[in-house]
Amino acid sequence: MITIKNVTKTYGSKRGSVKAVDDVNVDINEGEIFGVIGYSGAGKSTLIRMLNGLEIPTAGSINVAGREISHIKGAKLRKARQEISMIFQHFNLLWSRTVADNIAFPLEIAGVPKKKRQQRVKELISLVGLDGRENAYPSQLSGGQKQRVGIARALANNPKVLLCDEATSALDPQTTDAILELLVDINKRLGLTIVLITHEMHVIRKICHRVAVMEGGRIVEAGPVLQVFKNPKQQITKRFVQQVTEPEETRDTIDHLLTRYPHGQVIQLTFVGDGAEQPLMSNLIRQFPITVNILQGKISQTQNGSYGTLFIHLDGEEKDLKEAIAFISSHEVGVEVISNG
Amino acid sequence: MDEFLAEIKWEKLMEATQETIYMTSISVLATFILGMLLGLLLFLTSKGGLWQNGAVNFVIAAFVNIFRSIPFIILIVLLIPFTRVLVGSMLGANAALPALIIGAAPFYARMVEIALREIDKGVIEAAQSMGANHFQIIFKVLIPESLPALISGLTVTAISLVSFTAMAGVIGAGGLGHFAYLEGFQRNRSMITLVATIAILILVFIIQIIGDYFTKRTDKR
Repeated sequence: MITIKNVTKTYGSKRGSVKAVDDVNVDINEGEIFGVIGYSGAGKSTLIRMLNGLEIPTAGSINVAGREISHIKGAKLRKARQEISMIFQHFNLLWSRTVADNIAFPLEIAGVPKKKRQQRVKELISLVGLDGRENAYPSQLSGGQKQRVGIARALANNPKVLLCDEATSALDPQTTDAILELLVDINKRLGLTIVLITHEMHVIRKICHRVAVMEGGRIVEAGPVLQVFKNPKQQITKRFVQQVTEPEETRDTIDHLLTRYPHGQVIQLTFVGDGAEQPLMSNLIRQFPITVNILQGKISQTQNGSYGTLFIHLDGEEKDLKEAIAFISSHEVGVEVISNG
Repeated sequence: MDEFLAEIKWEKLMEATQETIYMTSISVLATFILGMLLGLLLFLTSKGGLWQNGAVNFVIAAFVNIFRSIPFIILIVLLIPFTRVLVGSMLGANAALPALIIGAAPFYARMVEIALREIDKGVIEAAQSMGANHFQIIFKVLIPESLPALISGLTVTAISLVSFTAMAGVIGAGGLGHFAYLEGFQRNRSMITLVATIAILILVFIIQIIGDYFTKRTDKR
């Protein structure tokens, strides 16, 4: 659906040029939810804006839904943009129009006759769950409702691709989840390809099928979400994964426990997919003469399976501990010894 | 008091008021059209605008700045040859119109530009991302989204125009300024000057009230 080939974007400034996007190659499949994660300034915003021609690449080519976005202009580009919708961090609604008129706006642009417009607006309002609010002005809506209008507006012309530019970054956690669920629902119901950029791993974890990690204009790591979670290679990816798997206080807790339990070993277990659902702990205790103390654990759901981390403390004879760790390793569970007691 | 009031020629006052209203409304209308055009061009040709063009922007900005800076009373005098060619006379309400419009349109153009700059860039970008052409962006985004500021700017401009008409009146354009100056000041009938002033104030208040009403009504923020 989307092919990004050797794309580079350079901004010229007085003190020399800055490479915002540096030789990026990505293929995004039809019906996929593809996430790009990175800190601000990583180039992800420039990248997504090149997908609908708001920015033009300095080099390379971008093909979206069979159109060379990087090379078309004028009326052709405007026509193509009707198939590539976008939603924004700050919603960018017209405050002078009501909810219904905001949603009708892209239909007016596309030249849809008034009767059809009204019909379509009605459908969209109930699709995004804004029934009863059609005559409200954006200033009367909450952030989540505004983004719902943004989504309805983006869907109006039946696009093939939806671009989400930090679409949930201005929302509180609960509203974020509701909007993400709406996006997944739309993706499933309409088969829409969704590309989103974010700096929150939570968003990637919750809805994306595949993820690309950007740093300094380059994609440093990419793959199915679960695989990236299981086996992050780059330092930056590890930090993003920690956002989800390791709450901030975990490290403090571990340090505290290490001083409290001078004997034995503290181990971090990583469960992926089916591994997360096996009765590993029971078997461990039954088979080895050791004590197992569960310190902290968390299981997160992703679009391609569940992912969990568990911190445990093992105590017993050294030989038994070694065997126990070997036993855990044989169960498709990642083991990392945090520290010897 | 009755003596003083008796001095006033009410028909003449009515006539003068009508002339002022005529000059003001025609010049407000023309100023609105010309000012919108110039203001939109200023905005669109500026850096980062849809029609970014340094040269055009410079020329319009220079024109606007020059005509905005010339004191109105001097502008009228400077425009005498131009007015003669255009209207064929230097006297009467119509003769005041070119100077009024050329004096006020650049002023309003700047206000239009400021109003358009206030629009969130993201909204313009959103319209672009939906495939809107420039014409649609101007008429469906730029103008509706800046409407309250455009109206309040027009209100301020219209009030300035009322005082401009009074100045124009002194040198022969008719209207309340002319009435106050000729009938009042020069014949030493201060009551007439006072009454003419009150008439102008009433006019200004009415303009302000109407302007405020529409500014408020269009502002849904």
